[in-house]
Amino acid sequence: MTVTQQAPAVEIQKVAARFRSKKRDVLALENVSMDVRPGEFVSIVGPSGCGKSTLLKLVSGLLKPSAGAVRLLGGPVGGPRKDVGYVFQRAALLEWRTARRNILLQAEMRGMPQKEAAARAAELIEMTGLQGFEDALPHELSGGMQQRVALCRALLHRPPVLLMDEPFGALDALTREQMNVELHRIWHETSTTVLLVTHSIAEAVYLGNRVVVMTPRPGTIAEVIDVELPRRRNYAATMSQPAFASATSHIRDLLGAATHRE
Amino acid sequence: MKGDLLIVVQTVTIRDRDRLGELAERSWRPFALLAACFGIWWALTEFEVVPRYLVPSPGATLQLIADKAGYITHHTLVTGYETVLGFVIAVVVGVAAAVLMVASAEVEKTLYPLLLFAQVVPKIAIAPLFVVWLGFGLTPRIVVAVLIAFFPVVISMVTGLKSVDPEMLQLASTMGASPAKTFVKIRFPASLPFLFSGLKVAVTLAVTGAVVGEFVGGNDGLGSIILQANGNLDTPMLFAGLLVMSLLGVVLFAAVEFAERLLLPWHASRRGDAVTVTY
Ligand SMILES: Nc1ncnc2c1ncn2[C@@H]1O[C@H](COP(=O)(O)OP(=O)(O)OP(=O)(O)O)[C@@H](O)[C@H]1O
Ligand SMILES: [Mg+2]
Repeated sequence: MTVTQQAPAVEIQKVAARFRSKKRDVLALENVSMDVRPGEFVSIVGPSGCGKSTLLKLVSGLLKPSAGAVRLLGGPVGGPRKDVGYVFQRAALLEWRTARRNILLQAEMRGMPQKEAAARAAELIEMTGLQGFEDALPHELSGGMQQRVALCRALLHRPPVLLMDEPFGALDALTREQMNVELHRIWHETSTTVLLVTHSIAEAVYLGNRVVVMTPRPGTIAEVIDVELPRRRNYAATMSQPAFASATSHIRDLLGAATHRE
Repeated sequence: MKGDLLIVVQTVTIRDRDRLGELAERSWRPFALLAACFGIWWALTEFEVVPRYLVPSPGATLQLIADKAGYITHHTLVTGYETVLGFVIAVVVGVAAAVLMVASAEVEKTLYPLLLFAQVVPKIAIAPLFVVWLGFGLTPRIVVAVLIAFFPVVISMVTGLKSVDPEMLQLASTMGASPAKTFVKIRFPASLPFLFSGLKVAVTLAVTGAVVGEFVGGNDGLGSIILQANGNLDTPMLFAGLLVMSLLGVVLFAAVEFAERLLLPWHASRRGDAVTVTY
């Protein structure tokens, strides 16, 4: 691994997350430690229920770890952080707002200048192929379109850290590829640090500098795989690289072993 | 790709069609039912199944309403005024109480038992007390209308404010949104569909409240017309009063529903007013 002098953008230190209620006591994460360098793209894969969404919520301060500590952009996370862009697993759109106004919610809440926000929103709508649906309400959009609206909303303020929880889960294969290429381009052109949770191994490898593979609950890190591919990647060319094939098959083995153990 | 399946779905929205036709399409059933009720009423009196002095004929009742239009209009306006004012006060106070209760658990713990107590006390039984306290004017009737309409407003608004998607609120906190902005842009609009279902109950109850208030005190309003007519065994006037009162309730209900359609078009359309036709 390359040694960088910069402080990590995200530091996760011996973190555990436990959900306790009257009915059950769930240990979602246990002893998870990981550093993410600024500008790095880290993909997270793991079986359902292993605590991937929980991990993203810990990083953004929406949840408090029951043990350990999380640091973001050099400071301790002690509550919800606004220096992130968040794409939730469900699109979480306001059903009374049109697609455009759902995207602009980000600007309104942050008090961004209106003109700049409108221009940025138009740019993102164009990029995600939502033109023509700017004035549609969420219930008039397909699941995949709703997720694209949520993605635009997360990118509107050009966040230094982007947290994405299965953002492309509801997309068809072709649109998903296009979105992967777009996301890769955005990441390449900006210095955004990205944490992406996904169930697609190909997506994880194509996009990630590293892929974190997690074990079933309680989630721990099974292995972190360095993806030996150039920083700038062409989709079709990447798919046929030996490094791509070896990484995906290795991850598949890890996940298979993990699920069989359960 | 794993087989390209193309499904063609054509949608036609009724929204764009002839609006009058749509209205007729939607409302012929209730009108037919109403006509049937009038028909039965007419038959009962026409063939003297029940004696005329107990149940007047529909014709005679409508005739009376026409003859005494000025008198009835005056009293309807009085009841309408009490109802609307009572309803508006109930909405303002009820929404404010709900917001406070959701904002603070302490307030909720304090207010909730009080509200419940106020709700279980029969308003009809305490109405005379308000007349003793507040005199024979409009005030005691408005107070009864407020009291009776208040509860559904609070309950529906509290439910609405509490049923906001928690992930939506988490999202707002990643945007650094202030509690005020979160309330205005997320919580409040999200609770409106709930509030409106409470308002529809509240507005019809407000009519009842105003009339109950008129029963126990004063000498104007539809309630007192009915009471007087009852005392004089003037059944045509009694029926006229009942008819107009029901009409008042229906009109106010329709007004609330109209406001809902106007303010929450997204909600109405999601309920499926746009018809999808698949071939
Ligand atoms: N708010 C909560 N209250 C109680 N338990 C929770 C809560 N959120 C998550 N959990 C539990 O924590 C565990 C991990 O949940 P999490 O949503 O992080 O999984 P995940 O890896 O994102 O799964 P998936 O891939 O299905 O989205 C699960 O067993 C879940 O039941
Ligand atoms: Mg998840």
